[in-house]
Amino acid sequence: MSKIFAQGLVCPLDKNNVDTDQIIPKQFLTSVSRDGFAEAMFFDWRYLADGSPNPDFVINEPAYAGASILLTRANFGCGSSREHAPWAIQQYGFNVIIAESFADIFFNNSVNNGMLLIQLSKTNIDLLFSRCQQGPQNWQIDLASQEIMFGNNAALGFKIDADIKQRLLAGLDFIGNSEQLNSQITDFEQSRKASQPWLG
Amino acid sequence: MAQTFSAKTLYQKIYASHVVGKLNPSTDLLFVDRHLIHEVTSPQAFSGLKLANRTVRRPDLTFATMDHNVSTQRRSMDAAGETSRKQLEALAANCDENNIPLLDLTHPDQGIVHVIGPEQGLTQPGMIIVCGDSHTSTHGAFGALAFGIGTSEVEHVLATQTLPQQQAKTLKVEINGELSSHVTPKDVIMAVIAKLGTAGGNGYVAEFCGSTIAAMSMEGRMTLCNMSIEMGAKAGLIAPDATTFAYLKGKAHAPQAEHWDAAVDYWQSLYSDADAVFDHTVTIDANAITPQITWGTNPEQVIAVDQSVPSPASFSDATKRDAAERALAYMGLEPGQKLTDCKVDVVFIGSCTNSRIEDLRAAASVVQGKQVAAGVRALVVPGSGIVKRQAEQEGLADIFKGAGFEWREPGCSMCLGMNDDRVAAGERCASTSNRNFEGRQGRGARTHLVSPAMAAAAAIAGKFVNIAAAANEKGDWA
Repeated sequence: MSKIFAQGLVCPLDKNNVDTDQIIPKQFLTSVSRDGFAEAMFFDWRYLADGSPNPDFVINEPAYAGASILLTRANFGCGSSREHAPWAIQQYGFNVIIAESFADIFFNNSVNNGMLLIQLSKTNIDLLFSRCQQGPQNWQIDLASQEIMFGNNAALGFKIDADIKQRLLAGLDFIGNSEQLNSQITDFEQSRKASQPWLG
Repeated sequence: MAQTFSAKTLYQKIYASHVVGKLNPSTDLLFVDRHLIHEVTSPQAFSGLKLANRTVRRPDLTFATMDHNVSTQRRSMDAAGETSRKQLEALAANCDENNIPLLDLTHPDQGIVHVIGPEQGLTQPGMIIVCGDSHTSTHGAFGALAFGIGTSEVEHVLATQTLPQQQAKTLKVEINGELSSHVTPKDVIMAVIAKLGTAGGNGYVAEFCGSTIAAMSMEGRMTLCNMSIEMGAKAGLIAPDATTFAYLKGKAHAPQAEHWDAAVDYWQSLYSDADAVFDHTVTIDANAITPQITWGTNPEQVIAVDQSVPSPASFSDATKRDAAERALAYMGLEPGQKLTDCKVDVVFIGSCTNSRIEDLRAAASVVQGKQVAAGVRALVVPGSGIVKRQAEQEGLADIFKGAGFEWREPGCSMCLGMNDDRVAAGERCASTSNRNFEGRQGRGARTHLVSPAMAAAAAIAGKFVNIAAAANEKGDWA
């Protein structure tokens, strides 16, 4: 079985603990829209104080223009629960993030937007970073077979929660899926009201 | 093993009692007892709901406030700018359309969502509480399973009053002993984060227990649970006890007289069984905790205030070493430096971590009879209208104002600087908030997280002070 979830250029962001304040700073959170966050992604690192692109930030390197796979390190997406963070990353063009670990809320938010987050051991993350040092990388991510394919038949397997895999492959409606249990929700509400009337 | 088959942790009990049904083998649909919303993370959820022709299932279990981007100088909707006004108006319109109760800017009790939830009695033991804000973990202080969610999940809860969840792992943080004078719950949680790291709690729900917790006020417990997210924990949790029940009694939305005894009976069943097994346990000696301060740009980069700023070379892990180097450069600090030699420019006392009455009392006791140092800009931002009024009645506001502090209206304020309360580039801030991330309080701002007493002392001295060492036997410190 094979199903390519994503393929493209890899951008290596060699940092631990990238927090959601870095991914999208506060001044962009006053929007009431779900769109228009691509330019805000990594704003303080990406642009200098005068608004010009920071040439030292990896995202701005010409070699990584158009990247769609983000490679990073531990505890990516920690901090604030702002879903604007995965929105910004996705709207910039990344569909896949590979990291040693992710913060829980960021992980859920990303999956709820149809993004694939791959968690690998530190050893494997080190390996992927050293691959990136050899020059720009184009990888394919096969979600069905759970493999990152580097070309020339080289591949690295990854683990993923079976439910998340199913959701990503089937593109399930997050709310619609739960609404199938509507009558059970109603039953729960009734028994809750009977046993704990103070809860309403 | 002595474990009985039915032995459960508090988290497992709350989880099990909220299972509506199974979505698939590893995912349960859990009922949500209370959904708190605010202006920043809800507008897109309401738009999504409308787009799909869905309605709010339980507006009666939903509760809204305005806090993140409100001005703390004036109570008008446009006081923090045009885009903020639009967002606040969107919340008001969404609440109005869907019959959701809202504490708007004109309401005398308006305040930070994690301060008003408990104050209004909306937060109760055994509940599942969610909010589109990571510091929802605060409510775990009441023995509620409370955690932050994203906007897609906010939309899901609005539509169904449920949320798909998988069981988290359990972490027990046992803290025993008495805290020294001027050592606060803020110092305790910072010491815990220093020990476990910013990702140490990832995948876990942390339950705090032990004699230190038993002796702690509700305000202190809230500070502790508030910052559980800074070690990556899904939630922080403390079993409810007499202190919890006494806090809740008489609160506006707490169980009223006819249900009170039944509610307390139920709440008393909410504890981890003696033979319940946690996936991980850490033990902390409270006696050994001294006033803490962050030196870097994430909450695990913490030292006791009398220690020196560490050298990056002292970290054996290469990525931690790099992170330390970057943090020192951003913070404008040198290895070996004492933070007590470091001048501060701004002092912020506020946020969902430390803006409650007890925090303001602690800060005021340090400030009393003294003046803010020349060149220091100092703000006190109470967490809610109720806190503000109480502080005014107790004379705390006069102490702050008399000393040269600005006394503001309630809101999230300088914790995240969504409004105009920001720290300028290169300025050093002693902050009672919860995140010292790069740029959090303003681009280039240098944040040091401390307790309210430490922040107050820094305002007076114009530099960081070891408040515990400075305090003499009378409790006076300078």
